[in-house]
Amino acid sequence: MKNNLIAISAIAARDMTKLFRDKTRILASFIFPIIFIGVLGTSLQANLQGSLPYNFLTFVFLGVTAQTLFQSTASGIISLVEDRQNDFAQEMFIAPISRYAIIMGKIVGETAVSLVLILGILAFGIVTGIPLNLPGVVKLIPFFLLIAAFGGAFGMIVMANIREQRSVNQLFPFLIFPQFFLAGVFNPIKQLPLPLLVASRIAPMTYAVDLIRSVYYSGSPEYQYAVLFNPWLNLAVVAGLFAVFFTAGTYLFVKNEKNR
Amino acid sequence: MNKKKHIIEVKNLEKRYNKAPGNAVDDVSFYVEEGAFFSLLGPNGAGKTTVISILTTILSKTSGEVQIAGCNAETQADKVRESIGVIFQNPSLDGNLTAEENIRFHANLYGLFPYRPRFVMMDPAYQKKVRQLAEVIGLQNDIFRPVKTLSGGMKRKLEIIRSLMHRPKVLFLDEPTTGLDPISRANLWQYLQEVRRKENTTIFLTTHYLEEAEGSDYICIINKGKIEAKGTPAEIKKVLIEKYISADSGDRQKLIQELKAKKIKFAGTGPFRMELDGKSAHELIAGIKTPLTDLLIYNPTLEQAYVQIISRDLNEK
Repeated sequence: MKNNLIAISAIAARDMTKLFRDKTRILASFIFPIIFIGVLGTSLQANLQGSLPYNFLTFVFLGVTAQTLFQSTASGIISLVEDRQNDFAQEMFIAPISRYAIIMGKIVGETAVSLVLILGILAFGIVTGIPLNLPGVVKLIPFFLLIAAFGGAFGMIVMANIREQRSVNQLFPFLIFPQFFLAGVFNPIKQLPLPLLVASRIAPMTYAVDLIRSVYYSGSPEYQYAVLFNPWLNLAVVAGLFAVFFTAGTYLFVKNEKNR
Repeated sequence: MNKKKHIIEVKNLEKRYNKAPGNAVDDVSFYVEEGAFFSLLGPNGAGKTTVISILTTILSKTSGEVQIAGCNAETQADKVRESIGVIFQNPSLDGNLTAEENIRFHANLYGLFPYRPRFVMMDPAYQKKVRQLAEVIGLQNDIFRPVKTLSGGMKRKLEIIRSLMHRPKVLFLDEPTTGLDPISRANLWQYLQEVRRKENTTIFLTTHYLEEAEGSDYICIINKGKIEAKGTPAEIKKVLIEKYISADSGDRQKLIQELKAKKIKFAGTGPFRMELDGKSAHELIAGIKTPLTDLLIYNPTLEQAYVQIISRDLNEK
């Protein structure tokens, strides 16, 4: 057990070390939210504000926060595929530690990486004057952690069935981009044609985004307009899916790895 | 004679990859004695990496039995992993980390020392050991450089000292010198032999270079997933190498008559190929009275025998 904990910390720390050496990744992680919030958010805000009962920029900012956490950890976990192709994964797989410890270390590491990135994005939001109430943001921190871990488990289940980096590059955008819109990063999904509504309710990112908003807005007058589900329901779905994705993903990954 | 413990025991091992038409490894059995230097020799695609992957617990077998250091490679994988070190065919270092960080990562994975974010914060015993090892392989000036800036030979050495950090009983080396220049290769072997002497580590090597296997205690030649020959290098030579004499004479009829009369086995219509049949070349020739015009003693090297084995299937096609 002690050895597994040391291994988890080492695997997690490796991801952090790599983040600070990978300037491109840091830059890329900022460009996306900045464009979304800065360009899309601001221009929509100008057009919509009169008719909305909540501040649209705050709404989008919270959505983008959840989406960034989810996506960043998910794609971080998928870097195991890259490790596997560079044969670095073998170094981990011959170590006398639990396979769950390897995946756990990876999720912890990528969660930490996402948190570092999200702190930068929060700082950006505050500096550019997006209306945020600070106690509300502080309240979100444990949920940031949970959503990053959730994204990691989602990445796990995707990766468990993919062998090559090239397939990942082709498939991953298909799994992530529709979720941007289905999850309501930019708009509360309350009215949609039935098939899209169903898709939206299936998309795991929906519950990540709504969990952040439902916690942030709870007790405020905007709650009824900006939030889809009760925070407890969101929490239950996120925690439940995390458990399923993590266990099934690890099991499948190890099985596919050995039974070639 | 004291019987040495079998540290590796493989019985009727078979592996068929998913959707593959045939077995990549087919009914392979062998054992390795503790402290021995064992070579699995074969051409590319013979199944060497498959065997080593199964032995090192990262691939499951289709059937058969594998025991490493007294533990079952499938059901007691964790125990097996504790007692082995592996140098993979493709370098398994993280190029973005420094040499020292790669070693630290390994030490953490094996629970040797707790993780600390910086080298100077690590356990003093760890720091001392790393400095020592770095000196042994001449890396003391580069230990804090990213691995991607090191040469191929340096990377290999780094992998070897890394794999020895937890003092494994068996060290698996999967074609470790592929892509290295002759000097790096020689250095590497010198270092490995030293380790072996000091720690009594069992070495399991796969290679397609015969000269690397020639120095080992026991060789197993594998081709197309099947064992073609096994034994000490001397035994393999004895079994595989056919020594013979090729001779000719100005009077071939007379030579044929004499060979027939003396019951010396021969083939051909001139020059004649004569089997030694346990006799020495000198004995055989001394017994022949017909004047010879041509005489050659064929004594193929192990290399030629090896090439003959692995090209047999190619010729059949």
